[in-house]
Amino acid sequence: MSLAISSRATPYYLTGPALLVFLGLVIIPLGMTVLLSFYDWGQYKGIVPEFTLKNWIEVFTDSYFFEIFLRTFRIAILVTLATMLIGVPQAYILNRMSPGWRSAILLVVIGPLLVSVVARTLGWALLLGSTGLVNQGLIALGLIAEPLAFMFTETGIVIVLIHVLIPFMILAVWASLQRLDPQIENAALSLGAGQTTIWLRVILPQIVPGILSGAIIVFSLAASAFASPAIIGGRRLKVAATLAYDEFLNTLNWPLGAAVASLLLLALVAITVGSNRLIERRYSQVFE
Amino acid sequence: MSHLVLNGLSKSYGGVTAVQSLDLAVERGEFVSLLGPSGCGKTTTLQMIAGFVAVDRGNILLDGNDLVSVAPNKRGLGIVFQSYALFPHMTVAQNIAFGLEMRGIDKAERETRTLEAMALVGLKGFADRYPRRMSGGQQQRVALARALVIKPALLLLDEPLSNLDAKLREEMQSELRQIQRSIGTTTILVTHDQHEAMALSDRIVVMNHGRVEQVGAPDTVYGRPASAFVASFLGKTNVLRGTSDGHGKVSLGSLSLAMAGAASGPVQIAIRPERLAFAAVGAAGLDARVLSRVFQGTHWLLTAESAAGALTLMRHNDGHPVPAEGEAIRLSFAPADASLLREGAAG
Amino acid sequence: MRKNGPLALCFNLLFVIFMLAPLLIVCVVAFTPEGYLSLPTRGPSLRWFKAIFDYPEFVRAFRDSLWLAALSSTFAITLAVPAALAIARYRFRGREALTTLFMSPLMVPHVVLGIAFLRFFSQIGLSGTFLGLLLSHIIVVLPFALRLVLAASYGIDQRIEHAAISLGAGNATVFRRVTLPLILPGVVSGWLLAAINSFDEVTMTVFIASPATVTLPVRMFLYIQDNIDPLIAAVSACLIAMTAGLLIALDRIYGLDRLFVGSGKG
Repeated sequence: MSLAISSRATPYYLTGPALLVFLGLVIIPLGMTVLLSFYDWGQYKGIVPEFTLKNWIEVFTDSYFFEIFLRTFRIAILVTLATMLIGVPQAYILNRMSPGWRSAILLVVIGPLLVSVVARTLGWALLLGSTGLVNQGLIALGLIAEPLAFMFTETGIVIVLIHVLIPFMILAVWASLQRLDPQIENAALSLGAGQTTIWLRVILPQIVPGILSGAIIVFSLAASAFASPAIIGGRRLKVAATLAYDEFLNTLNWPLGAAVASLLLLALVAITVGSNRLIERRYSQVFE
Repeated sequence: MSHLVLNGLSKSYGGVTAVQSLDLAVERGEFVSLLGPSGCGKTTTLQMIAGFVAVDRGNILLDGNDLVSVAPNKRGLGIVFQSYALFPHMTVAQNIAFGLEMRGIDKAERETRTLEAMALVGLKGFADRYPRRMSGGQQQRVALARALVIKPALLLLDEPLSNLDAKLREEMQSELRQIQRSIGTTTILVTHDQHEAMALSDRIVVMNHGRVEQVGAPDTVYGRPASAFVASFLGKTNVLRGTSDGHGKVSLGSLSLAMAGAASGPVQIAIRPERLAFAAVGAAGLDARVLSRVFQGTHWLLTAESAAGALTLMRHNDGHPVPAEGEAIRLSFAPADASLLREGAAG
Repeated sequence: MRKNGPLALCFNLLFVIFMLAPLLIVCVVAFTPEGYLSLPTRGPSLRWFKAIFDYPEFVRAFRDSLWLAALSSTFAITLAVPAALAIARYRFRGREALTTLFMSPLMVPHVVLGIAFLRFFSQIGLSGTFLGLLLSHIIVVLPFALRLVLAASYGIDQRIEHAAISLGAGNATVFRRVTLPLILPGVVSGWLLAAINSFDEVTMTVFIASPATVTLPVRMFLYIQDNIDPLIAAVSACLIAMTAGLLIALDRIYGLDRLFVGSGKG
């Protein structure tokens, strides 16, 4: 176990079991899925292991799929922006709280993460329904006359995903706020900066990497979210993940579903890896 | 045969030499320090003796047996680490008894020996304390007791006092010295602190760039440094440039000295600041001019320049007038206090 | 550090309401005495909590979920401990790649993992089995276990192990008596976090669950797809209460901030 009595092979023995499990249970299944996306399928013949590009061509040319992918990324971008707008100030407020209050609010931030996403989405379904508390409240306040439609709309999905994913943004931003020198605001104050200037010129530039890494997490989780869009969006308002689910478990066109899933995976890996690289290159000199 | 013999010990890391062909013989009961700046190879040497770093070439002979192929947990050496490396999840008594347990010693004897060791280092009554709840000095004592209780053939100390404040360090130095004397365990200390090395050791091994610069008793190494590096690393020293005529005469500016052993040509001579004196009126000496003087309580520290190079000298605060900045002075010293420096590695 | 102003505190209050409202409404509706979704205006009733026991599929799914969480996190931690020690203290070829691989289940969308497992298990004859569920859950929770053990392993002063070795301890003894006790907080909370994530996982599991082996969140998801009634609110309320209890325990053991900063979850 220790560096002292060990050979060059030791780390390979130690990581070997996990590596074998991951090769067998991640690499191979993912490879098989990509392979499956090139197989043929027919209503009556089922899956035919013959190489064909037909699924990919269908995914790229059929406007039905285009619309669903567009919706998926539109929702993901909206959720990411909203979590930034709410999460950054909330993390800043959290960071300025007394330790007692901070751990209480931290419980509020983290607690929902540990509750099954199904239960959380159920709560929103209860709140957002046409007779739900939100609509009742808005009507009682005289803001609206007719109940607003949240269920089975993109707005509903976005609201729920903000709730589900905002903890990741707050935690990422809070982590970078904690690395800030607590005296730095006072230093800026002593130099004559106002509160707004301090925020824009001193605080914000230092936490940008935290915001961006939070944004990457939120974006990729929002784009691949399944349970919340499935419950709020219903069977008609589909996103990429629910589309793949339908192809697999309802239509049973596995090769097409595999193509949808592969495309989602590739798009997300490209986006996250690409933006991570960009952030690292841009900020590596300033931080750490 | 010496107790511990290092024979051509060498280690390099990816082409960078850490220790180069180190030879050293340590007698039974001796206290030897490896002294040098960071990166000089002293810690690597200690780690090789301990077995935590593999030896590239050479032998480590303990009572004639080569340790190189012995696993580190079978070497039976006591080690005190710089960070103390106490087991944080064990009490003081459990920490100290760990090595005895590994040796399969029965519980009753473990307890007796643990108590003895705790008494030896002055930790009576701390048996059930956890290390986290102790001061740095106390943790240090636990680490020492843990290393000594196994009656090690060799005690290795890796910068053991560097985490203590100055006052505590001095106390621990004399205590460490006294404990080592009373039990007579052969001890190797690694340190970058010259005062620590001089206060504790029977002999000092001065290292630089993976090589031994000089081995000797503290007063010898200090008083007669073998190289410019040793001279500058141990305390303040003046290195003066002069010329030898090759027949036992060395001239330094206006001063001419009898010094044997120098080949004809330019030479370097080291002289300690406290060994420089003002020359008697009319006597021969080295002419210099005072550049600055700094009062330091017990003494004045003067810097001056001369034809043989810049000088630092100490003047005791004994009530006599001290030359002011810009004043001309004439200095002299006993030829026996000066040492002729080896060519090569300059500090 | 300066204090938050009144505006900031209002923002904070709204945020807290936003975060807690959906959980609270579930708990409140669960106590309704009516046969339909409504607030318990006629006083609270335990009717729907009792009704859970009339639906053995929920009870069985709950039991299966617990087993699955306990087993998958135990296997995951068993794989994660040696891997984390290797990654934390050795510099070896492929170290970065291995770390990325072990963390990849956080990055790969769970719907993709679900599809991949569905395809894979149907090819090797594991579809619809508990073993299949277990294997897939080991994969998705391993990153959580690994990250916490890794953090604990980085924190160890290796000289403590050297001290044990110099005192005569062999590899196994050093691990059992020194290394393991030192990383134990990380191991325990890593296990717990892995178990929670296994228990909550729905997206991937929905693909590989079968009528014979189904987890509670999947059972709930499928139920909600058909209809939403006070029964499902009662089941959810139980889950929320259980999680709240766990959360407090976790906070005591490890501290929530250390556990979650930089965390990612699918």
